[in-house]
Amino acid sequence: MEWAIEVRDLSKVFDRYTAVERLSFKVPAGKIFGFLGPNGSGKSTTIRMLCGIMRPSSGTGTVMGHDIVTDPEKIKQNIGYMSQKFSLYEDLTVEENLNFFGGIYGLKKQELAQRRDEVLETALLGAKRKSLAGILSGGWKQRLALGCAIIHKPPLLILDEPTAGVDPVSRRVFWDILRGLSSRGFTILVTTHYMDEAEHCDLVAIMYQGVLEGFGSPAELKQHWNEATLENVFIAMVQTHRSLSEEASV
Amino acid sequence: MNLNRIKHIVVKEFIHIMRDKPSLAIAFVMPVMMLLLFGYAVTTDINNINLVVLDQDMTSGSRALVQAFQNSNYYVVTQYETSYAGVKSDIDTGSAKAGLIIPHGYADKLARGEQSPVQIVIDGSDPTVARTVFNSAQLLGQEKSTELRLASLEKTGLALKIPGGIDLRPRVWYNPEMTSLRFNIPGLIGLVLQNITIILTAFALVRERERGTLEQLIVTPVKPRELIVGKLVPYIVIAFFDVALVLAIGVFWFNVPVAGSTVLLLALSALFLLTALGLGMFISTVAKTQLQAMQMAIAILLPSVLLSGFMFPREAMPKLVYLLGYLMPLTYFIDILRGIILKGLTLYQLWGDVAPLTVFGISIIALSSLRFRKRLD
Repeated sequence: MEWAIEVRDLSKVFDRYTAVERLSFKVPAGKIFGFLGPNGSGKSTTIRMLCGIMRPSSGTGTVMGHDIVTDPEKIKQNIGYMSQKFSLYEDLTVEENLNFFGGIYGLKKQELAQRRDEVLETALLGAKRKSLAGILSGGWKQRLALGCAIIHKPPLLILDEPTAGVDPVSRRVFWDILRGLSSRGFTILVTTHYMDEAEHCDLVAIMYQGVLEGFGSPAELKQHWNEATLENVFIAMVQTHRSLSEEASV
Repeated sequence: MNLNRIKHIVVKEFIHIMRDKPSLAIAFVMPVMMLLLFGYAVTTDINNINLVVLDQDMTSGSRALVQAFQNSNYYVVTQYETSYAGVKSDIDTGSAKAGLIIPHGYADKLARGEQSPVQIVIDGSDPTVARTVFNSAQLLGQEKSTELRLASLEKTGLALKIPGGIDLRPRVWYNPEMTSLRFNIPGLIGLVLQNITIILTAFALVRERERGTLEQLIVTPVKPRELIVGKLVPYIVIAFFDVALVLAIGVFWFNVPVAGSTVLLLALSALFLLTALGLGMFISTVAKTQLQAMQMAIAILLPSVLLSGFMFPREAMPKLVYLLGYLMPLTYFIDILRGIILKGLTLYQLWGDVAPLTVFGISIIALSSLRFRKRLD
């Protein structure tokens, strides 16, 4: 499969406003794809449509070759999703959480045990396999949430601000794991507010007010905006828009 | 429906229950506690009423009257007073619920064949106690009078000419000793089943939303109906365990045997269980937090206790309140339980309760499932 994600003219209109407007991009398989933008720029809405849990108002898209409108159930089986809330069962142990999500994704006994051990190793969870999720620190919870998302070996991982509120060391460890997964062929879509993390991505999209403002490798974007870092690109882009809209309102 | 998936949801749900002390308490301690409370504390059978006696006559005749009160088992003579003020003070402070005042000359008057007044003072603040005192005292007075009349008639040799009169022979069916326990236990099974199922299911579903895990489940391939079935199965198991527990304590500890078919009893309990699960699910589609769920559960449970006929006879209620009772599924189930346990009724005889309960169950399950699905989307 050449493209992990492919969307064309994707729009989502709510009662009063347009959350996402004519979004088009393609993400090749096996890449780390950074999805950037300030709060309220339409990132979460786009992710919901890609996960097959929200119908677009117009436009088309495929995720791992499955249509986001007609085949959402196939998509759910082929993605792993992790949100910034680390939605874990706090009164279940690390192992029990992994067992539950493995079971939900249809893994059978033997396969589940094998995958669980692999994930415990990949996400560096082995030392606390018998601990309750509720007593883990932020970094461990984050890795457990990742572990639950990859238990069924999904070809595509969708991570919505996975590093929000986690200490810098844990963030570094987490990104090391992501790069390891990427090198093993996983495609990763990750949203973040940390521009240093965005620099590690193979491909970056920047959204602003529902519109795709930039798309390319970090190097290409920096060159295009003539800035030294992605952070400056991001700020420059937002400021351009603000001054434009101020002019318009004057 | 993927059975493997449902199995994992069931396992997870059991772990939640086992590790959550309040859930455990509701599931296993509450039924036993309620049964013991209702079995021992809530009884409308009244005996051993504290009686204060003011005997101004002090004759063997007056002592015989006091003895007759004692022997009836309705009364325990706790105090003797020497003045009316003393009687008043005892009843005021509540150390006695009734006072027996035998005036001076009681025995003399009787001996002369005159009517002899005796006063019984009743603390009417609790009408149930007062009514018992009133009726029993009247009965005792009549018995005593008849006895005296017979004795005097025998003395004059006219005893053979007493007219026959009516001989009323009461036979009390189903609960011959008329103990309120036998009446309460069947209703209690219904109440326990309803409370546990509604509270636990409402909590289980709301908790998933409150903790944000529902959001995670939506992006997995799990289907809403698999989630519902998986989450409800543990509570069905627990509810049935509780029915068996309450029934066993009722039969073996409180000696309330099941007169009818136990199989029918369990089958119709399953029918009621569906209704209660549906109500719990319905609450979970409205409530956003566990606190709200608890409040809504109480809003359903309290009226059902009062209106279902669990404690108070529905026949005595005003027409409108009586009709409101028909809106409570518990009303039908308590009828069914009492019918099977006390009277040994069959399904055919219980049809008038089974039919509306079935309609209730199916409607509430259908409505809740629809609402639950909508909230997932």
